[in-house]
Amino acid sequence: MIIAEKKPIEEIIEEVRNYDRLLILGCNECVTVCEAGGKKEVEVLASALRMYFITQGNEKIIKEKTIERQCDHEYLEEIRKNIDEYDAIVSLACGVGVQFAAEKYLTTPLIPGVNTVCLGANEDRGLWTERCQACGSCVLARTGGICPVSRCAKRVLNGPCGGSTNGKCELGPDTDCAWQLIIDRLKALGKMDDYEKIAPIKDWSTDRAGGPRTVTREDVKI
Amino acid sequence: MSELKIVGRLESVLKAGHLGVTSECGPPRGSDPEEVKKKGMLIKDHVDAINVTDNQTAMTRMSSLAACVHLKLLGIEPVLQMVTRDRNRVALQSDILGAASFDIPNMLCLSGDHQSFGDCAQGQNVHDLDSMQLIQTVRHMRDEGKFLGGDNIKRPPQIFVGAAANPFADPFEIRVPRLAKKIACGAEFIQTQCIYNLDKFKEWVRRARDRGLCEKTFIMAGMTPMKSVGMAKYMKNKVPGMDVPDEIINRLAGVEKGKQAQEGIDICVEHIQALKEVEGVSGFHIMAIEWEEKVPEIVERSGLYPRPEV
Repeated sequence: MIIAEKKPIEEIIEEVRNYDRLLILGCNECVTVCEAGGKKEVEVLASALRMYFITQGNEKIIKEKTIERQCDHEYLEEIRKNIDEYDAIVSLACGVGVQFAAEKYLTTPLIPGVNTVCLGANEDRGLWTERCQACGSCVLARTGGICPVSRCAKRVLNGPCGGSTNGKCELGPDTDCAWQLIIDRLKALGKMDDYEKIAPIKDWSTDRAGGPRTVTREDVKI
Repeated sequence: MSELKIVGRLESVLKAGHLGVTSECGPPRGSDPEEVKKKGMLIKDHVDAINVTDNQTAMTRMSSLAACVHLKLLGIEPVLQMVTRDRNRVALQSDILGAASFDIPNMLCLSGDHQSFGDCAQGQNVHDLDSMQLIQTVRHMRDEGKFLGGDNIKRPPQIFVGAAANPFADPFEIRVPRLAKKIACGAEFIQTQCIYNLDKFKEWVRRARDRGLCEKTFIMAGMTPMKSVGMAKYMKNKVPGMDVPDEIINRLAGVEKGKQAQEGIDICVEHIQALKEVEGVSGFHIMAIEWEEKVPEIVERSGLYPRPEV
């Protein structure tokens, strides 16, 4: 899923300072699961903003709503009938949701309330870690199911580099060496011979290098 | 356009079966070329070639290629170090041609320290290629006479291609397979990480020898003299992939502070002498960090001077 984290409240305050009527808009998908932009976080942010502006003698109208998905036109339609009641929307969706809402409501300012971090997983309570960078050309079949593009700090396709120590990355003890993980998995699979296959120079045109990416499926088009 | 085959001194020495000696110079953090020229002149008669580091530890410095040209113009043979951290395949191929235009005959292909260690921690890294793919790239340009894109190169580069190896990084069991991969990619010489744990290094060379790798490449053992017990502890605890046994630290700690540097030189000389006897070791890469003036003494005392005529 898409992992996001809350923006510092000070940053949001600066962005909304000049608007009197706000909608805090949550999303019920990824950002709910990673506890950055779901219904609960909408309530917390709305309360914090209300309190702050009251103490500043600048009380604002702050409404709350959480829709099923902000990356979906159908659900974003739910706020159309009330859109004129707000001077700005603080969206707690990922960057996709914020932009989809902005595209839909051309004259309403959209302010992101979270930083979109990565494609990752909930590894432990309160711990979300990256697993994919959407390079557009998956190599996992050849790397023991562990991704060197997203999990190696140098995207080394023929690793590990010389900085791998005790299973950790040269960045420090908080980061696993992706290539240690790959080697451990290849060993478990009895496929260590695969280690010596040289990964060819990668075609990064399917990554961000190739410009904004689209997927077109004629078979599912209407 | 010259059609002459360019063979550098380093390649000639190694291929003639002599123990090769290289050292390194870090380019300055400024645009004054005198510093790198001075370092080069200090050691030029004692080594076959001098590596010029490429923004090592991700600290921004004068470009490796420019510093190589300064050395080359003084008649000193450089080894151009190139990391994949800062340049994509366009820039790498372009710099390879630039180096070849000055007949810089050697190159060392590296991935480079992560930029978070340097002065631009907020910068992007590139890593379009990895170090093995950079080896393949320069070999492709040289041997096929073609760019990665397939077009012909007018006057292809003639470069002796090297790679780094760290016998001490983890996991140990893939250290030799990894060397084999670099050789399969086209690495003709290898310069290793600084060696302090001789037993572990010898075991690595033995395994390489058992696979016949020492006949396919020239392994140059990396040596860095310790200046003090503080440096030894720092290398042990803070530098990723470094193996400094306690006996080295204890030996340095056992002499008074003013004599630790000399003790460090002595250890380095003893290690070189021990490793000269190891089958599969083709030479030494002496990295005296900001201590280049000690290289002549180390080379002389190790019995590697005078350098052979080739």
